[in-house]
Amino acid sequence: MSVATLVAIRQRRLRTRTAVVAGLTAGVVAAFAASLMVGNTFYGPVDVLRVVSGQAVDGASFAVGDLRLPRATLAVLAGASLGIAGVTFQTMLRNPLAAPDIIGISAGSATAAVVGIVALGLSDTAVSFLALAAGLGTAAAIYLLAHRNGFAGTRLILIGIGVAALLDSITAYVLSRASEWDLQSAMQWLTGSLNGATWASVAPLAVACALLIPALLLLGRDLSALRLGDDTAAALGVRVRPTRLLLILAAVGLLAFATAASGPIAFVAFMAGPIAARVVGSGGSLLVPAALTGALLVLVADLVGQNAFDNRYPVGVVTGALGAPFLLFLLVRVNRSGGSL
Amino acid sequence: MTTDHRLEARAVTVGYRDRIVLAALDLTIAAGRMTGIVGANGCGKSTLLRALARLLPPTGGHVLLDGSSLQQQKSKEIARVLGLLPQGPTAPEGISVAELVGRGRHPHQRALAGWSVRDYEAVAAALDATGIADLADRSVDELSGGQRQRVWIAMALAQETDILLLDEPTTFLDVAHQVEILDLLADLNQDRGTTIVMVLHDLNLASRYCDEIVAVREGSVHAIGPPVDVVTEQLMADVFGLDSLVIADPVSGTPLVLPCGRHHVR
Repeated sequence: MSVATLVAIRQRRLRTRTAVVAGLTAGVVAAFAASLMVGNTFYGPVDVLRVVSGQAVDGASFAVGDLRLPRATLAVLAGASLGIAGVTFQTMLRNPLAAPDIIGISAGSATAAVVGIVALGLSDTAVSFLALAAGLGTAAAIYLLAHRNGFAGTRLILIGIGVAALLDSITAYVLSRASEWDLQSAMQWLTGSLNGATWASVAPLAVACALLIPALLLLGRDLSALRLGDDTAAALGVRVRPTRLLLILAAVGLLAFATAASGPIAFVAFMAGPIAARVVGSGGSLLVPAALTGALLVLVADLVGQNAFDNRYPVGVVTGALGAPFLLFLLVRVNRSGGSL
Repeated sequence: MTTDHRLEARAVTVGYRDRIVLAALDLTIAAGRMTGIVGANGCGKSTLLRALARLLPPTGGHVLLDGSSLQQQKSKEIARVLGLLPQGPTAPEGISVAELVGRGRHPHQRALAGWSVRDYEAVAAALDATGIADLADRSVDELSGGQRQRVWIAMALAQETDILLLDEPTTFLDVAHQVEILDLLADLNQDRGTTIVMVLHDLNLASRYCDEIVAVREGSVHAIGPPVDVVTEQLMADVFGLDSLVIADPVSGTPLVLPCGRHHVR
């Protein structure tokens, strides 16, 4: 076979992939723009652009500049963080059910964040780091509990589901003791919400994204090799254990900072990867497509939750309503094929 | 290809917690030859292969590649010399044949860099050698078991290592595909001079295709040498606890084992 033929075959697949990634990016930009325009009062693109470029516009400056812009930014950053962290776990453990929000890592961060805010009264940044420590602690605990005579995926998932249930009950208990909390605020820590997003709460997550997303992308090639199985990856020269540790650190870091800022937005980490795989084809790396899918999911879910019904629902309620049936769908499918992502 | 690389085990002990699987095992792999590792279930032959491939760090002794311990060499550099096809590898859903074979280039590539001309050449050559060039754009999921095994071997070929270890490369294949895969490995050995080491269950095919047979029993090398010397009725009794008749294979002249069970024996 000639090299030219092979190049042509591969370029064709790469072009399709690039087109799909470009489409996802366009979707994120469109949803971001819509989030800035739509709300109690509609502001047209001209007003929005003027606010974003720093000009004062009556009414719009507050609604768009102070409320919608941080909220939409948080949606993008949290969605991308959850999506890329989720697909990292799913790829590394070769199981779509091994997402951090299914196996309790997000729940660990959320519980810590609730305790940090309600019981300890910590600042945003301190809450982020507490959430990070708890996420890593939860990951370590699940790993140790599941790591007996090797590293069985199903065992890890079942133990993780148990851990998640335990942590969720702690979160619910702490919230029930905090009498001044209203339901909206409580929902943030139960299913995730973008309410009350400010630049101060977005900043720690933005820094985490700027550091950890490139770190994950650098590890992307090793992650692709790990997808072929630990033995094959090792035979290809990947140092399996240190690589896995770095991947876990970066992914849990993103999860924890996203969770501290927005709560554990239900099922986004779990859904983004498999949806991205459907859209781009799962042969190549899913890190960037999953990040874009996560951002798009959160933006659209928040638009729906804020505007589609008589009541306003937190974003996590909408993603939860999507995610639960998707979980059932994947359970049935994985059960049938025994397949990986 | 280039110079012959030496792979040897020196007093290698491997154990899991309470159980010793390999006990102070010594073995030198014949460079440029085909070696078959045989033995009863649970005798440690797969463990031996995994230890040779640095997947299991020995608790005692060393596996040496060109005279220095594998544990002290960089994994990526080892991966340019020593390839491994594990048993029953899993392909990501939806991956194309070309892309999966291209993963074999991993130790030759750098993070974030695309494929080089060398990568394309190596993948094209591997697809040709395994006779799957026309499947390059197909999804691996759609292929038959025999084709899929060719894809994995092509991936190992694209890695361009002088030594290739294979853990039961013919398991789950029908007899025609078993012969096809072994012919392919023999081509590779003859054309490129690749050293091939494989765990095989079928003693008759192992005798036919391998220059050297390593018979493993209870975690150590019971016998090593050319098939005619090693595969004997005595060995069958010692290693497998099986009564048998060993005759000359009318096709190849190599040993052919005819097992004698309790039934249907004249």
